[in-house]
Parts: sequence; structure tokens; C-alpha cells
Amino acid sequence: MLEVINLHAGVDGNEILRGVDLEVGVGEVHAIMGPNGSGKSTLAQVLAGRESYNITEGRVTYEGKDLLAMKPEERAREGVFMAFQYPVEIPGVSNAYFLKAGLNAIRKFGGLEELDAVEFLALFKEKARIVDMDESLLSRPVNRGFSGGEKKRNEIFQMAVLEPRLAILDETDSGLDIDALQTVARGINTLRSKENAIIVVTHYQRLLNYVIPDHVHVLIDGRIARSGGKGLALELEARGYDWVKEEADKEETHA
Amino acid sequence: MVQTSDRRRDWYLSNFEKFEKGLNGDAASHIHAIRKAAMARFAELGFPTTHDEEWKYTDVSPIASVPFKHVLGYEPEGATAKDVERFSFGNLHGARLVCVNGRFSEKLSSAGSFSAGVRMGSLAVALRNNDEVVLRHVAKYARYDDNAFTALSTAFLRDGIFIYVPKGRLIETPIHLIFLSTGLESEFVSYPRNLFVAEENSQTTIIETHASLANNTYFTNTVTEIVLGENAIVEHEKLQTESDHAFHVGMTYVQQNRNSSFTSHSISLGGALVRNNLTAVLDGEGAECTLNGLYAGMGDQHVDNHTTIDHAKPHCSSHELYKGILAGKSRGVFNGKIIVRKNAQKTDAKQTNKNLVLSNEASIDTKPQLEIFANDVRCTHGATIGQLDEEAIFYLRSRGIGLNKTRDILVYAFASDVIDRINVGPLREEFQQMLHAWLDRAHPVQADS
Repeated sequence: MLEVINLHAGVDGNEILRGVDLEVGVGEVHAIMGPNGSGKSTLAQVLAGRESYNITEGRVTYEGKDLLAMKPEERAREGVFMAFQYPVEIPGVSNAYFLKAGLNAIRKFGGLEELDAVEFLALFKEKARIVDMDESLLSRPVNRGFSGGEKKRNEIFQMAVLEPRLAILDETDSGLDIDALQTVARGINTLRSKENAIIVVTHYQRLLNYVIPDHVHVLIDGRIARSGGKGLALELEARGYDWVKEEADKEETHA
Repeated sequence: MVQTSDRRRDWYLSNFEKFEKGLNGDAASHIHAIRKAAMARFAELGFPTTHDEEWKYTDVSPIASVPFKHVLGYEPEGATAKDVERFSFGNLHGARLVCVNGRFSEKLSSAGSFSAGVRMGSLAVALRNNDEVVLRHVAKYARYDDNAFTALSTAFLRDGIFIYVPKGRLIETPIHLIFLSTGLESEFVSYPRNLFVAEENSQTTIIETHASLANNTYFTNTVTEIVLGENAIVEHEKLQTESDHAFHVGMTYVQQNRNSSFTSHSISLGGALVRNNLTAVLDGEGAECTLNGLYAGMGDQHVDNHTTIDHAKPHCSSHELYKGILAGKSRGVFNGKIIVRKNAQKTDAKQTNKNLVLSNEASIDTKPQLEIFANDVRCTHGATIGQLDEEAIFYLRSRGIGLNKTRDILVYAFASDVIDRINVGPLREEFQQMLHAWLDRAHPVQADS
């Protein structure tokens, strides 16, 4: 489904991703872990189409198409979704209006009829239940005055409505208390299927207690330093990231 | 240079002579003495230049250089009931008063029925009848000694709308005034002149629409005086959607007595060169004044809003929020003056001006101007100039929304809090639609579907 090959990207001549290779198959859940500053969020944002990053080398293929050639909205219409680490507040635009505009743009692209107000409301109510989100948040301005937990729920709610084929969850667990974390995790698991793929970007292993990954990758200094199964996450939790870095450095010296 | 400006003055002076002849018997009246004084004052002042502090950012030479024909010779034909419908608000069912090229049209107006004492209609008729309310108030607040456009308007004062709401009366449905310019063969000027008097404990909402039936060049030089008696509540909405080639200079003067409350929304979307002056004098303790404004420019439009809030008495409050959206090569100007007189203690004044600049070639000059002579007051002001938030743009696009639509949503969101403050629901909806239509026209970026 997704193939990242030797991806280099940065900001203002400062290289953050230094040759990322990653392959995600349909139906899989991948966790990308790593210390602060390793480039996790950059990778998520580059995949979603953030234009402030310069891509200097490499390519990304999504369902056989050149992902990097697409605008952010084209990626979304093709089924790519990113849950933001810091969801943006947009005063003056209601959450429902915002999501309706997005869903209709995606449906239109897919050759589907646009939904009317009644159909939207029914769909929104159904999906809001998945993350236990208060329906009143639908009519409020996007993320405006939402608590940290409400913002993260709102991201997963949007994912539920838009039904992406590839979802990238950027630090969705950060700032959540244990109850909210479980709710959000339950939402993600509900949306997990054989037809889609999920990339979970996280610093800590705790979300992975609830969303069990098929593969775990450790990103260090802009490169995937180690990959493994779900056990790797537990090992990282116990031992930290330094040993991965040391081993990676050793390999580099030997090479 | 001197010769040019002399010629411009001479043009208006010779027009004034023709105008006087056309007035017949009326030329001997009390009001005519005011006209003559105003004309004399205009002859002294001439059109302002950018050397005048009040006109620093707005060059009116495009107005001064056109020999606009005075349209008083034309009868208010050329507009039909169907034309008026276009500018009416379908869901407002109150009185509708129409002026065509500055003259009141009985035929196109429908005053509805109001109980005893409410008067509304042609200012010319009220003047002819020596209406004592008109004689008491007209040209009293619109000071022409320091403003050339007000002087010119006063010199050619003849017709417009007069509304009188007697003591204790409440008019529930907004009164809609529609000022239309028609597609005359030559460039013309009209001087719609309005007077609204709301007596004590009365309440009313008045909407002004300024629009055109053709995309021609003309000049609207309009003056409105609004008087609020004690405890009176007036909401005034001005919607300026003149033609792309029009010049619009609109001066509004508000006189507030004790405990009165005045709320204004000034929405300025049309015109090539636009100047709105709004002056409110809080001349009684406990008066409240709320001025909200939204101005939007695209293409080569120039839109200038000057407001003055004069806190003349103690314990008054004013709240002002003006927002501007500048696209294309448009230029915006905002100047918000707040005067707090020496004895106006406990004044509470708040002013905010926010601007969204959507292109590199658009610009805005914004200036708060506080003149405070009292010591126990609270005055705050702030001005911002910004662009659309890149984070927000990315957020919307990442959900599948195209770039143009994204920008529309965000620009609309920026403007909406001015419109959301309009109390009359149906009117709020009309303005929302109008803003969407403006966005459809503006589309500053053509990059995407």
C-alpha cells in the first residue's frame, strides 16, 4: 500500500529525514517510535503533504501512485489521513461544517453522491459514539475551546467519518489521561480493518498496549534504526532508546 | 495645480446656480440659507488632498477630476419594481423606502402602515411641508465647516429619506432604505440626504442599501444624520454594494442623548473608491455606542473607513470592531478616532481593527487615534494585520478540502464574527449570503478546484 524509499526531507537546509525506508501493507498496523527530534512528526507531516518541508531525495509510492506529487487535499481524497499532534483551532467554522466540506470533497472525488444535512447528522452521530464524543462539539467551532482530550477524540472522530485507507496518527496519545487513552484506542481498533492500514507515531509505548502493532520501527536521527514485532516496543519501554542508537552507530562504523 | 482645482470648484459652483434655479420658490427658505453657506464653505475648502491629515491615505482626485452631472434634472425613472426586488431582503416584510439617483420614489416605496405619529418618506416633501422636526435637526449634526464632501452634500441638499419615530414607539420590523443609481448615459452625482429622529424611549432598526443597476461610473455623496433621544435604541445597518466603477462618499453623523443605545454595522463591499465616515457623539450620560464594520476589497478597489466616537459626557461606553479583507491590488484604510472630553469621566471605550491581507499587492493603513482629556477612563485599542493561518490552511486541505474552498472557509470565518453580531436574524442570513457571493467573485487563488 505504502512504500517509502530513501526519503530525505528537511526545513531551511536542515535535513531531518535522512533516508527513511518503510513498507506498509494493507491491513497492517505499524508503530513508528523514537526519541524527541528523531523526525517522527516530520515523517507524518511529509506523508500528509505539509508544504513547509523540502523533499531532497527519495520517493513515496501509495497504491502505485507518486504520493509526493499530490497536494494535501488530493492525498486526502485518495484515502490518506493524518491525525494531528496539535489539532488546529479554527474560530468561526463549525466542526460539522468543516467535516461536511471534507467528506463531500472526498465523496465527490470517489464518484459518490454528496450527503445532505440529514444524512450528515445521522452519520456524525453514529461516528461520534465510536470515540464517545459529546455531540455538542459538532456545532462548536473546530477545536476551539476543546480540552486536550476532546481535540484528540475529534481527530479520531474525523478519521471515523472520512474512513481513510491509510491513517497516520501523529502522537495521538500525547496529553491523554488513561481513560481518554483507552477511549481513543478503542476508537482506533474499531476502525482497524483488513482494507486499511494505520501508522501510529508515538514516543511512548503505552498506546501500543491497546492498539497492538504488527510492526514496530525505531526512528533515530532521521533513519529507521531498527524494526521488529510488537515485542520491540516493550523492549524500548524497558531499555530506552540509547541502546538502539548505539547499535545503529556501531553498524554504521562497521559498514 | 491651482488652476485645476479652481476649475473643479467652478464646475460645482456653476452646477449650484443651475440647481438654485430649479428650486423655484424653495430658494427663499431657511434651508436654502444653509445650502448657500455650505456652498460658500465648499468653495473655500475645495476637495481635500493627501496633505490633509484626514485624507492622508485616500486620494480623491479621481472624484474631483470627473465633471459629474448633477442628476436633479432627471426624474427617478429607469428603475422598476423588479429592480428593487433584487435588492430587497425577501424575509423582511417591513417598510421599504426607495431613492433613485438621490430622489425619493413614491412609486417604488411601500411604507406599510404604522400607528399614529410615525413618519417616513421623502425628505424633500418634509422640507416642503416645513416639518418642524426636520427644521429642528437637519444639517445640525453634519458639520460642513471642516468637511468638503459634507459641505457639497449640504449645498445640494434636496431629497432623501426622513424617518421620525415618536416617543415610546417601537418599530419591530426593520425599515429598509434602498438607494439605487441607474445607468445614465453620462457620469453623474447624487446627494441622498437622510435624517432619522428616534425620540425618547423609542426603538427602531434601519437598513441602508446603496447599489447600482448598471456597472457605470457615478458618484454617490450621501449624508445621514441620526438623532437618538433619551433611552432610544437604534440599530443602523449600512450595506454598500455600489458598482465597480462607482465613487461612494458616505458621511453618517449620530447624536446620542442620555442612556441611548446606538448599534451600527457598516458592510462595505462595492465601489472603486469608497470613503465612509461615521461620527457618533455621546452627548448624554450613560449612552452606549457599538460600531461594527466589515470592509472587503478586490481588484483596484480603495476602501476607507473613518470613525469618530466623541465621548462628550461621563459614564458612556463604546465598543468598536472593524474588520477588513483586502485581496488583489485593493487598498484599505481604517482610522478610528476616540475623543474623551475633559468631563467625560468613567468612559469605557474599546476599539479593535483586524485586517486580513490576501495578496502581496493588497495593503492596509490602520490607525487608532485617541484624544483623551479626562483622567478616570478606560480606553483600549488594538489593530492587527495578518494573512490566513498556514496551519489552518493545511488542516483543512488535509481533510480533502481544495485550496480555494479552504481559503473561502477561512476568510468567511474571519469576517463572520462581525456579521454574527447583527441582531436581526433574516438580515444576518442575507449578509452571510452576500459575503459568500463576494468570495465567489474574489477567488484570489485560481490554483485549484
